[in-house]
Amino acid sequence: MTETATPLWEVFIRSRSGLPHKHCGSVHAADATLALQAARDVYTRRGESVSLWVVPSAEIVASDPDDKGELFEPTGTKIYRHPTFYIVPDDVGHM
Amino acid sequence: MYTQALNEKAPSRDANAPPEDAKMLARFQAVVDAEDKIEPNDWMPPSYRRTLQRQISQHAHSEVIGMQPEGNWLTRAPSLKRKATLLAKIQDEAGHGLYLYSAAETLGMSREEYYEQLLSGRAKYSSIFNYPTLTWADMGVIGWLVDGAAIMNQIPLCRCSYGPYARAMIRICKEESFHQRQGYEIMVTLSRGSPAQKAMAQEALNRFWWPVLMMFGPSDKESMHSADSTKWKIKRFSNDELRQKFIDATIPQGQHLGLTFPDPNLKFNDATGHWDYGEIDWSEFRRVLAGDGPCNRQRMKARQAAEANGAWVREAARAHAEKRRQRSAAAKIAAE
Ligand SMILES: [Fe+2]
Ligand SMILES: [Fe+2]
Repeated sequence: MTETATPLWEVFIRSRSGLPHKHCGSVHAADATLALQAARDVYTRRGESVSLWVVPSAEIVASDPDDKGELFEPTGTKIYRHPTFYIVPDDVGHM
Repeated sequence: MYTQALNEKAPSRDANAPPEDAKMLARFQAVVDAEDKIEPNDWMPPSYRRTLQRQISQHAHSEVIGMQPEGNWLTRAPSLKRKATLLAKIQDEAGHGLYLYSAAETLGMSREEYYEQLLSGRAKYSSIFNYPTLTWADMGVIGWLVDGAAIMNQIPLCRCSYGPYARAMIRICKEESFHQRQGYEIMVTLSRGSPAQKAMAQEALNRFWWPVLMMFGPSDKESMHSADSTKWKIKRFSNDELRQKFIDATIPQGQHLGLTFPDPNLKFNDATGHWDYGEIDWSEFRRVLAGDGPCNRQRMKARQAAEANGAWVREAARAHAEKRRQRSAAAKIAAE
């Protein structure tokens, strides 16, 4: 008998209040409730988390690594987007 | 190590596969050489992918099977403290297996396929878990030596070129230290206890010492070249280098316990600054790895039974999820 595959969920953890949720791995679970429970058991056995997100893996839309150049390189030449590009006279002081 | 069978034979190169794009290959190697990470959707040589699928899943299988020898003593732990500790350690090992399956799945093979490889006996797991745990002292020796050997191997893996594997190893290494220390504490307690307790500790060390040394895999002289793994920055130290590091670190710990290692050739070499040790019985290693160790059949049977006995639970959970999905869909339609 071949079983139907149990869906895959990506797990995100907020380790302390004030910090963003960060990806930490994945779990398999039939539904969201079970996914949260599995994520708690697998990824938070030592107080690593104050909040958990689980997201169906299939729902994540990611950029294609092959488009890395096209997507992200143009910003490399736009140095005028950084404050250090601009010269402010010394006697103006900190700005 | 946990992936000791890796050296047995290099993953076969698919003869029909199109030649790897030289430009892609050069770019891949440049990323690896720069100590940058390869991530799941990045281009990688098919042989790199196969090597990792094999190594990470073997590692995961070892963590999972590794729960059995320790689970054997859960109900007979000598105190509530030891029982709670052992339970927490075994839960960690389950967690390690799951972190690793999660990393292995990013290489484009499903959890179910990896399980199937283990359950059908096609995939290997560490030979060490095919030895029986006959006394409580084995819980001490396993934590001290088996987890100790695992740490030796796993620390360099935290810098592995494949991002998801490296990240899983960092989590695992943080937890392993507790495993080794609780094992050593059991050994300290037994070796300072009654003569019978000390004898039990010594006897456990006698049984486990050589199998633990085998965890590092075949000697460098015999091991099939791990040249690719080294070039890809998956493997950073040879089997013999890791084994030597482990022995050098462990002997003083054993001396502190007042125990003797079952190797008459063990002696400190002033010239090299390392401990010399006797010949490992590689025929035993090959026998256990091939499926003929003291507990191979028992371990596989227990794993297969666990999978089969859990099938109805997974089925019920899926049916419940499906029912809820249909109900909420019907309610949505009704509301419209
Ligand atoms: Fe582990
Ligand atoms: Fe461990």
